Amino acid sequence: MSFINYASREINCKIVYYGPGLCGKTTNLQYIYNKTAQDAKGKMISLATETERTLFFDFLPLALGEIRGFKTRFHLYTVPGQVFYDASRKLILKGVDGVVFVADSQEERLDANIESMENLKDNLEEQGFQLEKLPFIIQYNKRDLPNCTPVEELRKLLNPDGVPDLEACAASGEGTFETLKAVAKQVLIDLKKGS
Amino acid sequence: MLGPQSSLVMYDEEYKRIMTLIEKLLRESNSNVIFLVDKNGQMIAATGATENLDTTSLASLTAGNIAATGGLAKLIGEKEFSILFHEGEKDNIHISIIGGRIILVVIFDQRSSLGLVRLRVKKASIELAGILDDLVRKTEIHDEAPGVDSPFAEITDDDIDNLFN
Repeated sequence: MSFINYASREINCKIVYYGPGLCGKTTNLQYIYNKTAQDAKGKMISLATETERTLFFDFLPLALGEIRGFKTRFHLYTVPGQVFYDASRKLILKGVDGVVFVADSQEERLDANIESMENLKDNLEEQGFQLEKLPFIIQYNKRDLPNCTPVEELRKLLNPDGVPDLEACAASGEGTFETLKAVAKQVLIDLKKGS
Repeated sequence: MLGPQSSLVMYDEEYKRIMTLIEKLLRESNSNVIFLVDKNGQMIAATGATENLDTTSLASLTAGNIAATGGLAKLIGEKEFSILFHEGEKDNIHISIIGGRIILVVIFDQRSSLGLVRLRVKKASIELAGILDDLVRKTEIHDEAPGVDSPFAEITDDDIDNLFN
């Protein structure tokens, strides 16, 4: 969970991007990394296979600025999406403050989205979390592709609880910062409630 | 011990005690860099030759490393591997878990030795665990009185929006 350091007046929060393989989690982070000012970001780390598939996680530290005299830092992580990396996904969810579920809008990935969402719930429960109680955003990615499932249908299947959701095209950056902003806002509101 | 879902809070007093302790450990173990990381990858304190080091990345990868080896441990029926050691051509990393949640990382070269580092770390760990216990107690007292002198209770929507402008 969040780390509040009164000594250095810093607050650190952990956000995890979750979703099926090749849905665009790493692409979200890469876009944010490329478009963020040098002094506001750390090095982006990608533990990936030779074919650039995420093996363990991607990590991007961001400094968003100050809030009430406290430096606000967000640590963004992605999980490996491929089904057989489940053990690694569980580890990355440890201590999470907010989750972004990146859904792949392509018709043929509908089942993969549903499976990944179930997997997210199961893995969070194993860590003692309930998805309903966590800051949670759903991003419908790849909206620019021709074979997209309509958002209404995706919403019905993936977002029955009506959490905040957005459309995006992470490759061109559309919706990526909006997603980050939405989840960061929820995390901070949560912090306010819990304080 | 801190539970998996409790926020870690660091206060000035404990931070100073921790810094004094790890600075002493740095001298006594003849090491180059020492840092403390939360199991979730948050850097807590660092000392030594950190100027040219990306400590944020080190913290995150250390936590990933501990998480992965912890997963391995469970698979073979162990609770955790409390000490990890990575040997390089010049520099070595000694990693140990303190109080179940905090990770102590010591980077050293040929001016020290694994034996010396292990010995000094063992002694410092007991003291560090004591400081962490104090920190947990203090956090619990604060949790029982939510809102009291917390800077976050007063956050407004405008404050949050301003972060993104």
